[in-house]
Amino acid sequence: MRLQYSTNIRIVEMTCTGNVDHRVLLNAFEEGADGVYVAGCMEGDCHFLKGNIRARKRVNAVKKVLDEIGIGGERLEMYNLSSAQGARFAQIANEMAAKIKELGPSPLNKARSGNGCCGCSKEGETK
Amino acid sequence: MIIAQQKPLKDIAALISECNKVMLVGCAGCVTVCLAGGEKETEIMASSLRMMREVEGKPLQTITYTATRQCDPEYIPPMDEMVKDVDAVISLACGVGVQYMAERYTDKWVIPALDTKFIGGSTVHGEWVEKCGLCGECILHKTGGICPIIRCSKSILNGPCGGSQYGKCEISKDVDCAWQLIYDKMKALGKLDKLMEIQPPKDWSKSRDGGPRKAVREDVMIG
Amino acid sequence: MKYLSKLHKILDSGQFAVTAEIGPPKHASVEGVKHHAHMMKDYVDATNITDCQTAIVRISSIATGVHVLGAGIEPIVQMTCRDRNRIAMQADILGAYCLGMRNMLCLSGDHQKFGNHPTSKNVYDVDSMQLIQALRRMRDDKVFFSGEEIKECEPRFFIGAVANPFADPFEYRIDRLEKKVEAGAQFIQTQCIFDMERFERFMEKVRERGIDQRVHILAGLTPLKSWRGAKYMQSNVSGMIVPDSIVERLKSAEDPKKEGVDLCIEQIKYVREKIKGVHGVHVMAIAWEEIVPEIVERSGLYPRPQVDPSELE
Repeated sequence: MRLQYSTNIRIVEMTCTGNVDHRVLLNAFEEGADGVYVAGCMEGDCHFLKGNIRARKRVNAVKKVLDEIGIGGERLEMYNLSSAQGARFAQIANEMAAKIKELGPSPLNKARSGNGCCGCSKEGETK
Repeated sequence: MIIAQQKPLKDIAALISECNKVMLVGCAGCVTVCLAGGEKETEIMASSLRMMREVEGKPLQTITYTATRQCDPEYIPPMDEMVKDVDAVISLACGVGVQYMAERYTDKWVIPALDTKFIGGSTVHGEWVEKCGLCGECILHKTGGICPIIRCSKSILNGPCGGSQYGKCEISKDVDCAWQLIYDKMKALGKLDKLMEIQPPKDWSKSRDGGPRKAVREDVMIG
Repeated sequence: MKYLSKLHKILDSGQFAVTAEIGPPKHASVEGVKHHAHMMKDYVDATNITDCQTAIVRISSIATGVHVLGAGIEPIVQMTCRDRNRIAMQADILGAYCLGMRNMLCLSGDHQKFGNHPTSKNVYDVDSMQLIQALRRMRDDKVFFSGEEIKECEPRFFIGAVANPFADPFEYRIDRLEKKVEAGAQFIQTQCIFDMERFERFMEKVRERGIDQRVHILAGLTPLKSWRGAKYMQSNVSGMIVPDSIVERLKSAEDPKKEGVDLCIEQIKYVREKIKGVHGVHVMAIAWEEIVPEIVERSGLYPRPQVDPSELE
């Protein structure tokens, strides 16, 4: 599969979304990410049983913080997909990139002009 | 342990709106266990406040530190150097810790980041309930190990009142009637006759009503 | 023997007592209270004066009691444990007595959460059981709650308490009633009875233990105005049981108010004639005081016995 997806996504690999701490998400925004999405395994398929379910709860909590601090919770999302769903991965990447583009740069994005770089697996930051 | 919860971030931000640099101090005691003011919560709060101010165009500098216990004066001095050039100290400890900080750093404005709620324990991860009323004279042996002082909404010693129905308190269907629990436990223990004894009015002077309390163990005092 | 109050005399002499209830207003005028008192005067032996019921601020029960007394009815001052510590309670006990009040009803009080000051602090320095006991000791042992002697003119109240046969745990309700009698309660008013079957079971156990021989039990009855009112109590008031049959009866009635009054009269006759150990009724016509004379009259409880003041202390 040679699927195309948005190039301005930076992938941060984590062992399991269950390991995604509130701080990791906040840090990405503080460093200037315009959007962050967490890509976890399908619900029910977590190798550690509930890692992805817990991650979603944390994502929801951080969304509230982002709303409160004026960045906007809609810049953070959680998706569930399996590693076999390449097409779905690309689709989500494009969907998220489009959404962030529409929202415009984060107020904390120093560059503000947009368009950073690259990509690969669990957690994506769109810049 | 002491159960505390964070104040709304907006309220804390409003308190430090004039500050350029603040120190956030967590506590590794009770508030770490109840996930309100440990190292992690301190960092999250610092990051959130920084971002909030960045968005407002008034960047904020933060220093974070987590004391072993803010309720113990020996763990406060290591912060002396750090607090020097901050405009305010935000303590994520219970009310005791906030006061120790304020006591030592007399020229610093110390802000509580938490609301200290109660003495209790957890039921499931993420939920804590009140269990002890700190009345200063424990009567749990008389009430089957269930505290009526704090778990009965009216602190009744000869309960249950007429508002107890289907095992619940009159204030809410989500609150168990402590006296129903006491009755059930005493019944199981075969000690219902104990409940027929009229419990006399409590000596509240042993509680907070007698003024701030002090506990002393002379034999362990050093010096 | 001299009696503590008119109600005391009526009950102790074995007559079937009738008490009602007057709720003080949420403002500083007692005109309504006086009106209700004058209307009920010849139909009841005494009236309860509620103490900020459901935790809503009203004229104090003692101040209202002065006006009720002035209108010619013997007040039963309610005292809850919610709003006063033992110092304020005793001050009010002495105050009520010096103002001529002779009956006091001790109760826990509704939690302030339901009132108009839900952010207030409740007191519960003492509970209702302890209040009963302390009030008895003030009278019989001439001591304050602390044990300090009352040197002269101790307050001598006819002491009442409440029982709720519809609260849980059911079996313990009889124990707790007995405990109140032990503490010093001389008369008991029950929570509004709608579930007659449960009240009969309660009274059966009361009689088995001879509690009815030691205390005067007044059955609490409430005339209902509408099925909605009944439904509200059924689902929203903790410690109340309202059977569906009552809701249905009012719902299908052509004139619900008349039906409510008829039902109340039936209940009064029932508890009086069929349930042994009931020494009177306490008619709680909540926000419907005008109906009390009709209920009393049609229940065959009018005229009320006269008590010669010389028989009272």
